[in-house]
Amino acid sequence: MHYQNREYSFETPPELKGETPGKYPVAIVGAGPIGMAMAIDLALQGIRTVILDDNNVVSVGSRAICWAKRTLEIFDRLGIGDKMLEKGVTWKVGRLFNGQQEVYNFDLLPDDAHKMPAFVNLQQYYVEEYLVDRIADFPDLIDLRWLSKVAGEDIADDEITLHVETAEGNYDLAADYVLACDGCNSQIRQRMGLNFDGQTFEEHFLITDVDMPEAPFESDEPERWFWFKPPFHTGQSALLHKQPDNIYRIDLQLEQGADPAEEAKPERVIPRLKQIVGDRAFEIDWVSVYSFTCAMLDKFVHGRMIFVGDSAHVVSPFGARGGNGGIQDVDNLGWKLAAVLKGEAAPELLESYDEERRHGARENIMNSSRATNFMTPKSKMEAVFRDAVLNLANDLPFARRLVNSGRLSVPCALEGFALQSPRNTTRGLAPGTPCPDAPLENGWLLNKLGGEFMLLTVGRRAKMTAPGGVKVLHFEDHPGVTAHYGDDMIYLIRPDQHIAAAFEAGTGAESLKFALARAIGKSTLETTS
Amino acid sequence: MNNTLNTDDRLHPHGDDFYELLMTAHEGLDFDQSAALNARLVLLLANEVGDFDTLAAAIKRASKS
Repeated sequence: MHYQNREYSFETPPELKGETPGKYPVAIVGAGPIGMAMAIDLALQGIRTVILDDNNVVSVGSRAICWAKRTLEIFDRLGIGDKMLEKGVTWKVGRLFNGQQEVYNFDLLPDDAHKMPAFVNLQQYYVEEYLVDRIADFPDLIDLRWLSKVAGEDIADDEITLHVETAEGNYDLAADYVLACDGCNSQIRQRMGLNFDGQTFEEHFLITDVDMPEAPFESDEPERWFWFKPPFHTGQSALLHKQPDNIYRIDLQLEQGADPAEEAKPERVIPRLKQIVGDRAFEIDWVSVYSFTCAMLDKFVHGRMIFVGDSAHVVSPFGARGGNGGIQDVDNLGWKLAAVLKGEAAPELLESYDEERRHGARENIMNSSRATNFMTPKSKMEAVFRDAVLNLANDLPFARRLVNSGRLSVPCALEGFALQSPRNTTRGLAPGTPCPDAPLENGWLLNKLGGEFMLLTVGRRAKMTAPGGVKVLHFEDHPGVTAHYGDDMIYLIRPDQHIAAAFEAGTGAESLKFALARAIGKSTLETTS
Repeated sequence: MNNTLNTDDRLHPHGDDFYELLMTAHEGLDFDQSAALNARLVLLLANEVGDFDTLAAAIKRASKS
């Protein structure tokens, strides 16, 4: 079934009706998944935003399709997690081939202790559609403006003025903060002249989405197939996985020196697909050729201009770390920016976004570069090692762990960064860990955490009143929670569901107060005063 | 499989770190130089393992391709 893009209409903004709406707290440039998620996260904190996008449709083509557990948890906090789970394809069985031969397969058993699966496959256009619908729940807080191109910006110490071009005329718009969510070719980044160098890979990849009513798998369960040295084309790797609506994504790594435009022609694509899916009927839904660079900005926060998602960092697609990394940026930045705008924290708190998410981006770039290198040996000896790993992986567990067809996105640990208190117990979860989910009698733990600082107390001895009116969530004799969090433990949880501090039961309120001050960026202020 | 050869994953969580380090060591070498590096590495690791039966089992398993 071919997806029909919804089109959104231009609405005359107040600026072009002769009104003077004044300064906006936050302007967001780009209505992709990152920009829209950012607006929703800020709206949940009561912060008003305006989103400007030069287009009027959701993603053309499926693009990002693989959404990892942590991303789903964040989207759940933003209010579209259930829709994604319902529509998305959750695969369990993965098969890895070397040439014709299956090296091994694995079964991702669902973890009953977590609401969200390891990941789902769902086309980016659906995610964007759900976000547009969710934005409609905040008519007073989010002003989403289609067909509104940001053509330039004046960056001052106290505000940023954006120059917006529309079919009905141009106007200026001032904001306290601007979030550049304008993607990997960020115009804002280019106009600001920021260095965005990185490792460029020479390989080209051909992505094809095919509409195929009959599954190529042996059972009804969707699978994920990955090939090293696929028998059906001369490139180094290939990947097949399923999206909703019987759309299959097939990624083919092209040979070095292959002409991408030539390879994208149907007469080249169709015979290869037939070798994969046999005689099953299919139609090509979308074809795209891409190559990639792994790069990141030296700084994500430039005064009142903040880069979020692909505008700040780009990775190879292996491991699905692009979209997933960007959503973690949103999760990290939303509550901090809200706290600064509400006067609850100093602007210096935003430096922790820079610190924590540059760490995340570095980790994503490292993992995706390693996968790319494993898949594309650069020398004869690298190929010898790669083949030896695949050979041993037939039956040896250790070698399977070395096979690298992409390390799927997992949230990074934030221990050791400024906002987290140092670890003072070896029990339980370490500070900086994203909270693991747990089943409750009537729902899930993660649905009760987040949005504000909270104290999670586990075990009878941990029961206490939190300082400064912080909400307390208490559990006793709850094996599902204790299994992850330990017994008689006190945790300070950040609004983005990460552990800011962990204590043994019996810790005094003073320590908690200090941990809370530290977690909203006040520790340096206190030590210097 | 020989009982004395441990083929469970013992590199975790450093498997990818190790592999990258190994590939980096080979960077810029021609094939013969790379083969010599591998030989030195095998000898060093053999001495580190120390146990003759384990080494014999490893040689036997590696010879099966």
